[in-house]
Parts: sequence; structure tokens; C-alpha cells
Amino acid sequence: MAKSDVKLIGAWASPFVMRPRIALNIKSVEYEFLEEILGSKSQLLLESNPVHKKIPVLIHGGKPICESLVIVEYIDEVWSPGPAILPSDPHDRALARFWAAYLDEKWFPAMRNIVTAKDEEARKALMDQVGEGLVLLEGAFSKCSKGKGFFGGDQIGYLDIAFGSFLGWLRALEKMNGVKLMDETKTPGLLKWADSFSSHPAVKDVFPETEKLVEFAKVLAKFKATLPK
Amino acid sequence: MGEVQALQNTMGEVKVIGSSKSLFCTRVEWALKLKGVEYEYLEEDLLNKSTLLLQHNPVHKKVPVLVHNNKPVAESLVILEYIDETWKHNSLLPEDPHERAMARFWAKFADEKCLMGAFMAFWKEGEEKEKAIESALESFTFLEKQIQGKKFFSGDDNIGYFDLVMGWIPLWLNVMEEVGGMKLDDPQKFPSLHEWAQNFNEIPLIKDCLPPRDALVNYFNFTVNYNRSMAEAKQ
Repeated sequence: MAKSDVKLIGAWASPFVMRPRIALNIKSVEYEFLEEILGSKSQLLLESNPVHKKIPVLIHGGKPICESLVIVEYIDEVWSPGPAILPSDPHDRALARFWAAYLDEKWFPAMRNIVTAKDEEARKALMDQVGEGLVLLEGAFSKCSKGKGFFGGDQIGYLDIAFGSFLGWLRALEKMNGVKLMDETKTPGLLKWADSFSSHPAVKDVFPETEKLVEFAKVLAKFKATLPK
Repeated sequence: MGEVQALQNTMGEVKVIGSSKSLFCTRVEWALKLKGVEYEYLEEDLLNKSTLLLQHNPVHKKVPVLVHNNKPVAESLVILEYIDETWKHNSLLPEDPHERAMARFWAKFADEKCLMGAFMAFWKEGEEKEKAIESALESFTFLEKQIQGKKFFSGDDNIGYFDLVMGWIPLWLNVMEEVGGMKLDDPQKFPSLHEWAQNFNEIPLIKDCLPPRDALVNYFNFTVNYNRSMAEAKQ
């Protein structure tokens, strides 16, 4: 399919944007990446996602699809044959979707709120929450990977993408706060998985560098300070 | 082998751990009934959770949990997709990938903005309540557009995934409006949505799974009083 038929509206630092990028890479689909600029939303974005006005948005043959995990499932369904992103067994699929929902609804909000925590006590409470979540995810990894290297088994899959897209920011947060949230004692499996994931061919070109995210966090904080309350 | 026998052989052992007042649990029952799948319903006392529930949903400790051949599936939307993928006849989700993506997108929106919006409008008081109502009404406007010109969200003939996801509106929202003192499902503001709600609730298998209205009113009154007394105890 011609490259111009597949467009992705996004931004390099967004973990949610990373998800469809990895999915498209897995399927070897070429696409045009339309980078949004912090502080202004393009006309195309506002037209393609009038409900949320958020990235990512996949535009395929002129039709927009929104919400990162909805996009990933769409990519998996449209470009098949191609390596499968979701597992084939319905129970394994349910498990992957369950954990992705946990990540987006519980784990990531706690992690994101660390940055804006009102005091040290609140920050510590959130970091504990993130740490506890990682222990749960370590258990999920054992269960889903069945002894292989990824949540998806031999190959990266839906849950690898859903979780792995947060790794860059997790590392940036560890650096900014001088803590280790993923470590050898509590989450040895995840630590190893994180390395494999970030160096995977479908991932490494879109995986943001920790240093760049740390710098971007400062820019983001300044920008947010200028917004009306 | 007859179709019914073949279906029953593939069903395996299906249990639903749920609470009859929970709209999330009713969604699951509706889906199973649409597929003709027989199941055992295990009613949970949410103030005194069973070992079985805690075992099968240790992460959230919530209902519903579908247990199929002893393997649990939690989270109502995840369960709906599992049911659709395991019992493939009478599809809940559309065939076309773009339409499937739309159904999933709207389901997420409806749960996050409309359902949670309704709960916020129900729980909050004073100025916060007004704001919550306004916000929920904005979200409902999107849904009104989606249903315009259609009998059901999934088309004109049969209900599907998104109708089930929205299925809380005819009864649960109605009760929340009464107990919570707010109006969201306004037939003047949202005529198409209102009509959809009437049509949806008339479907026999939908009606069969609904809890009695009085029981639901009592339940919501109870939760309001319970939470108020917990809040007072803290002060």
C-alpha cells in the first residue's frame, strides 16, 4: 500500500504514539509521520479527533482511528497476514487486554502524577504504588511469557507494546527522582524484558532516549505553567 | 449432531461471579444470553467478598468475573470481547476492522465520559454537581449524534457490542437520576438516544436480566447513605 495511504499524527515523546508506531513496524507498514508541536494542535488533528483532540490518530485511506490500543488492534486486524500482535487464544487475548487496561487506568496515572505530586509524602505514596504495580506486572510477565522473552512469547505482542511504551518515561522518572523502581530483587524478569524490548528492531528507532525525555520534562513543566488554570 | 447439542458441548463450564445490581455484570449476562450460552450465576455480597472472587480477581477484587473452564476473565469490556471470540455465532462486534475500531472507541468514550460522568453527577453536591452534570451532558451529545437515524447503535436489526455497553442508560441512569437529583437522559435534548433506550429495554432478553427497579432504588439510596455515614465518621 502506498505510504501516503497510512498517516500517523503524533509526537516523539508520547508513549501512546509509540504504540501504533511499533505495531506498524511489526507489520512492516510504511507510513507518514505527522509530528504535532507542543502548544498547538494542527487542523488535521482537530478534524480527525474532534472528540478528544488528542494524539495518536491513525489515518488509513482517509479514515481516522483514535485511541492508541484501539489503533493497535485495528493494525493487527487490517494487516494480517503479518506477525500477529494479539495472541490467538481467546483467554490469552483477554489476559493481555486486562493488563493493558490496568496499565492505562491504574498504573500509568500513578506514574504520571509523581511529577506533579504536591509534596514529598504524596510523591513517595505514588512511587510506592508504581512499585507495587510493577510487582504485579512481574507476575503477569511470568504468566504471559510462559518462559519466553516477551509477554507475547517469542515475539513482542500487544502487552509488550502497551507496557513497553511507558519504559522511556519510567527510566526518565527514575533518573529525575534518583530511585530505582524496576530492580533485580523485585522485578528481575521485567528488567531483562525491558532491555530486550527497547533493543527490538521494531522498537529501537521509536524508543525515546532517557536524557531527551528528562530535558523534555522540563520543557513540558514550563509549558504547563503558562496554561490558564 | 444437532446445533444445540454441538453448542452445549463447546460451552464448557461457564460461571459468572457478579452482583445483580451491577450494570457491569448485567452486560456480561446479556452477552451470554445473546450467544445462547448457559451459565451459573454466583451472586456476590460486595460488602463481604468471597474467597472465589478474591482468588479469581486478585488485582481489582471486583465483579464481574467470567470463569470459563476454571479460567477467569475480568473487566466487563474484556469479558464481552472474550465471549464474542469464544462463541463466534451472533457476533457482537462488526466484521469490518474500521467499524470494530469505531465500536471500541465509542465504548471507551461512553464508559469514561458518559458513565463516569453520570456517576460524578450522582455523587457530587452543590457547584461540583452542576459542573459534573454539564460535563456529562456534553458527552451525551456525542452519543446522540451516533444514534441518529439508527434504531440500534449496531444497525437497524440487531443489538450488538455498543448497545450492550450503553445498556445501563434505560434503567440504571433513570434510577441514578431519581436518587441523585439530576437529569441527563432528557428526551428534548437527546430524542434519538431516548428512543433508543425505549427500544433497547423492550427486548425480552434484555428485560429478563434487569434487576427490579425498587431493588435498584434501594441499592443506590443505601450507597448514598453508607458513603455519607463513612464521610461523617471521618470528620
